[in-house]
Parts: sequence; C-alpha cells; structure tokens
Amino acid sequence: MLFAKSAPKENLVVRGARVIDPAAGVDAVLDVRVDDGVIAALGTELDTNAHRVLEGHGLVLAPAFVDPHVHLRTPGREDEETIASGTAAAAAGGYCAILAMPNTKPIVDSAATLGALIETARAEAEVPVGFLAAITKEQGGTELTEMAELADTGAAGFSDDGVPVASAGLMRRALQYGAVTGRRIALHCEEATLSREGQMHEGAVSAELGFTGYPSVAESLMVERDLALAAYERQPLHLLHLSAWESVQALRRARADGVAATAEVTPHHLCLTDEAVRSLDPNVKMNPPLRAASDRTALVEGLKDGTITAVATDHAPHARHEKDVPFEAAPFGVTGLETAFAALYTHLVEPGAVPLETILERMSAGPARAYGLDEPRIAVGSPANLVLLDLKASYRIGEESFRSRSVNSWLLGQTVKGGVRMTIAAGRMVFAA
Amino acid sequence: MAEIRVMREDLRPPAPPPKRHFISIKDVTSDDVERLLATARTFERSLEREVKKLPTLKGRLVINVFYESSTRTSSSFELAGKRLSADTMSIKSSGSSVDKGESLKDTAITLGAYDPDVIVIRHPQIGAPHLVARVTEAHVVNAGDGKHQHPTQALLDLYTMREAFGRIEGLHVAIVGDVLHSRVARSLIQGLALMGAHVTLVAPPALLPRGIEAMGCETATDIGAIAGADVVYVLRMQQERMQEGANYVPSLREYAARWGVTPERVRPGQKVMHPGPMNRGVEIDPRVADHADALIETQVRAGLVTRMAVLYDLLTSGPVGVKTESALEVA
Repeated sequence: MLFAKSAPKENLVVRGARVIDPAAGVDAVLDVRVDDGVIAALGTELDTNAHRVLEGHGLVLAPAFVDPHVHLRTPGREDEETIASGTAAAAAGGYCAILAMPNTKPIVDSAATLGALIETARAEAEVPVGFLAAITKEQGGTELTEMAELADTGAAGFSDDGVPVASAGLMRRALQYGAVTGRRIALHCEEATLSREGQMHEGAVSAELGFTGYPSVAESLMVERDLALAAYERQPLHLLHLSAWESVQALRRARADGVAATAEVTPHHLCLTDEAVRSLDPNVKMNPPLRAASDRTALVEGLKDGTITAVATDHAPHARHEKDVPFEAAPFGVTGLETAFAALYTHLVEPGAVPLETILERMSAGPARAYGLDEPRIAVGSPANLVLLDLKASYRIGEESFRSRSVNSWLLGQTVKGGVRMTIAAGRMVFAA
Repeated sequence: MAEIRVMREDLRPPAPPPKRHFISIKDVTSDDVERLLATARTFERSLEREVKKLPTLKGRLVINVFYESSTRTSSSFELAGKRLSADTMSIKSSGSSVDKGESLKDTAITLGAYDPDVIVIRHPQIGAPHLVARVTEAHVVNAGDGKHQHPTQALLDLYTMREAFGRIEGLHVAIVGDVLHSRVARSLIQGLALMGAHVTLVAPPALLPRGIEAMGCETATDIGAIAGADVVYVLRMQQERMQEGANYVPSLREYAARWGVTPERVRPGQKVMHPGPMNRGVEIDPRVADHADALIETQVRAGLVTRMAVLYDLLTSGPVGVKTESALEVA
C-alpha cells in the first residue's frame, strides 16, 4: 500500500540519544544500531560494526511520523506540489510514511490513474507514500468507484476528502462495499447546506468581521450521521480533520458504544482559534475552519484521552498568487508537513498542555493504526523508521526553509522550538540537517 | 501652525512615521474620531463660502478604485479630493484591466507606480484594503470591503448625529434591518460604542449574526424595540448579497409588514437615518423617508465634509490633539 523509490538501505549507529517509543513503553538513553535498514540492536556501549556513527547526545530518537492526510497536488497542479517535492517535505518533517488524498485533477477514481501515480511514486518518492482513491466517481457523490479493483491496484483507503458524501444512502452503500476491500473509508464531514459560502467559524469573530459563518454544527451533524451509519453497518470508518467540540463528544460516545471509529486532528486546529482570523491572513483560512477556544480545548483533550488517535497535517499546498488575494478570495488550506512537530512542541508540549510521549504516539503509531499500516517501532527486527529530534532548537520559519513547492504556512515568520535533525524512512536516511 | 510642527520634528530623532490608513473603525480611538469630526466641521464652514475650493492638498494624488457600484461614496470622495485641490483619478472595475482578469494585487501595484498619496478602495471582498496597504506606499482609505467595514460611513453618521443632538455619548441608537450583510452596521456599532452611545440591533433572527452581541450591543427581533431610541438607523435590505434559496426571510412583503419602518412605528422627534440607497416600501416607508425628522439628506452632505477631513488628516499627519481649527489657517 506504500510506494517509494528503491535505494540502498542504511547501516548506522545512533549513539546516546534519549530513545522514546511510547507504544513500546521505551524511554531511555540508548544506542540504536541499524543493519541494512533494520533495527539490529538496542543497548548501551553498542559495537558499531564499523557503521557510521551519529552522535545523539541531548537529542530524542523516536519512531518516525506517519501523516494520514496530505495533498500532493499530482496529477494536475504540479506547480504547487509533486510527489518528489511533497515527499521531500515529509522527510524534512520527520515522516516515514504519508497518505495522499485523491482530490487531484483528474480525481483518483480509476485503476489507471492510481496505477500511474504508483509508478511515479516508485520513481521519485523520497518517503513511502500511499494513495487514497475516491469513494465516488469524480467525487461527484452519485456513483461508487470500483473500490475492489482500486484496492487491488494498491489504494491505501477511500475518501472524497474536500467534499462530503452528501447522500446518506450512498454513504451507507460505501460502508457496505468498503468491507469487501478491507481498506479504511475516511470521511470529510460537512453538511454543505449549513456551511455554504462559509469563510470561517461562525461566532463572535465572524459576526464582527462580517464573514459568512461556517458553523460547528455543519461538521458535527455529519459526524453524527456517519457514526450512526457505521454503527448500523458495523463497519469501521475514519473521520478526517475534526474541528468542533460537538464532533469530539459524538465520537467519544460512539467509541464507548463500540463503533470502530478513528479520527484525526490537525496541528493548526490544536494550536489556533478563530481569533487568528482577525489578521485576515489567507494562511489561516482552512476547511474546516479554525474554531473557538472551547473547541480547541476539546480537541486537545480528545487527543490526550485517546478519543482522537491521529495527528494529520492536511498539508494543502497552494500557489503563491492564489493565496496573495483578499481572505475571501483565497482557497482553503495550509501546508504543514515541515512544521507539524515544531508547531505541536511549541504550542502544546512546552506549555505543558500535552506530554511529549502523547504527541509522538499520535503522530506515528496512532495514524498508522487508523489505516492498518505497520506501526513504526523502535525494536530489534523492525524496519528502521526513525526521527531524531532536537527539542532545544529554536528557529524562525521562513519561506526559504521549505522543501515543499508552496509556502502557504500559518507559521511563516514565527519562531518555534523543536527541530528535526534526521529522518530514516523504511531503512533509508531521507533527511539530515 | 506649520512652524510649530517643524520645531517639534527638530526635537525628535529623524524617523519616518508609520503609514497611516483608515481601514477600520477598530483601528481608531475616540480622540481620533473627535479630531476628524472637528476637522469636518471646519470644512463645512469653508463650504459656505462663495469659492469652495481650498488649496490644502494641492499637488497630492488621490486615486479612487471602485470594484463595486456606488453613487454616494465614490462621488463624495471624488468631490472631497477636488475641493481640497488634490489631483483625483477614479477607476472602476468595469472597463479596466480587472475585466481582463487582473488580480487586485497587480492592479494595486500598477496604480502604486504612480506614487499616489491616497488610494481609496471599495471592493466586494473582506481584506482587500489590507492587501492594497501591503503592496503600495499609499495611505489607504477603506470605502467598503465586503461585509466587513465602511469606516467613512460610520464617521459621517456620527457627524450627523453630533450635529442633530449636540452629542453622541448617551444616545440610544436602534439599527434596524439586514445587519448580517451590512458593513455599515459593523462600522457604526463600533463607532457608537467607541463614543459612548447605546446600540440596539433590531432584525429578523437570521439577519442577526450569531455572536454579534460581543461587539457591545443589544439585539431584538421585535420592531417594538425601536420605540425608546433617539435615532432609528434603517439598513438597506441587501438583496444582491442574499443567495438564492437562503430564506433569511420568507418574502420582502413579510419583511416590510413586520420590520418596515413606518409612520406608525416612529414617534415625532425620533430621528431617522439611512445610508442609502433606499428600498422605499421595503425597509422604510416613503412617508418616513421624506419626513422632516429624517436626516438622510444631511447624511449625504456630511459624507462630503467627513471624507475631506479623512483625506486631510491622513496627508497632513497632524499629531493627535492639535487644534483642528488650524485646518482653515493652513488653508
């Protein structure tokens, strides 16, 4: 389900880093030896086997990250991102695997389009990448794609991300047929008759600024519907980019009732509120929108208590000229692959709101589990998927630092803490700073 | 006056002052408003002279860029510039490169190349004046950006109320109608709150934005709530901003019957204002619009002098607190 260019595997030793693997319960200063791309030994004073040695003192070595929600803009908008540039950005962000959404031009709704993407990924993907295929043809919301054939071709899951599946009847059929594929169905929950023309969260800030509101209930109503359908059909589903308190509540209830639902949340929804829109900066315009402080608190709580098990960047590159317009004319979406860890470390871990271990788990094992991917592990015999983090690094985020072809980051100009020093993905060193 | 300014600058380290704009009422203080209203008043007196033109802004360039249709605002800005002897240019979106798909940023950079002192912009999208301020060196005046702000309208309304009542503080103003789509309402609520007036919004539920009370006003859905107000400020039903099938109200007929400002609903002496253009027979009964208690024509006259004051204030950058009678002395 994941594809990357083939390259020689790494032989190296990371010496003396604080090794944290929350899923394995490891938190100790250790040496880690990688032989031919596989973790071969953990311990102190390890024999280097004549491998290259990386000094890890003062740094954190963790399972590399998995991003379940990326827009690679290929095919169709290669000026904004390519598989090569997007996966290079992922490598710089500490990711060992990413999943790309199918709302490209054309939409990934046929085995032919998917097959071509997989070929490209095999030729140029720095980091293993999986491709979701559309639930409905052309994401039109009327006709199911040939999901079984798409799964056989290598689809990592199914989503109409960007547009909701408006028809409840069709949504039910997708859940039923999805069982045949064994792949996860991922849903963008938005009741379009409530959100239409909406520019930002509906509340005191939108009332003052004059923007048409995109109310929380536009999301939570659809979350409730889809959870009800999943419960009825006894099928799993994954909820994309939750933003509202009510959605978290609905998910918590459904999970308690035994519904196999997972969910993700973005760094920007965890770090910002609708107050940020007062800047009228098009780089704080996203769908779903930034919401109120109480929503943000609920998302952070949901992430901590495991209601939400995945952090997803919803990395959405946009051409500079498309974002350099009045807020209302700008497209939704911001980039995030290269800044996710720093954003969460700066805004949540440093202030003491969320433990580092929780962030590391929700950025790696959590999202992998949601899609049935192998969880990155720091254990003997596991493929080397490692990220080396410098928690003390403090730096300013500027346009020049991005490997992505687009620079529409909400963090531009901000000083953050927490840097990625090195990324090993599937046994290969893909990034080193 | 001019000498005093030179002396003051001599005492300061040389640093270019930050570019001043007039984009949102939120950006100004009550002192700023008082200064602008006083300046407008001096200009009103100057317009009573036989020769109405003042040489104050001679050699200055004011470009008016209008991406939306406008009669009052565009004509008053143009005349305000001319009355102060500035060179003025007016550009409308139709018939310009905008028709050819030029972006706002590129249009702004193009106009900025002429080194205008002021760019006055009206645009259907929130944030357009901020973008122009970012990419040009001009002082930017917001003549209306989407549903966000229309600060010179608020200023002329404050001026009108001050002239009619001799004060703004303590006045009770009822703003009636389509608040949701109204940049006029947003600027005016902030302006009135800034100057210590009391505001009640009266509208059908779907036309009252959720959360608007946080701006410092009360809300009501019953037209009876206008009874105690000193001023009834009637908003235009903005049919052009209402999407098909949105059903904010069932019909204009029902709106007029339930929320229209009619002679039966206002009391003698209660002043009525409207930013124009009016939908007579919808939000306002013609008998109210044409009554002696209506200040609608006064508002139009106030628009000219307050916009003169804004241009003057931005371009002369007088320090806050300067006695604004100097406007005429300089002239």
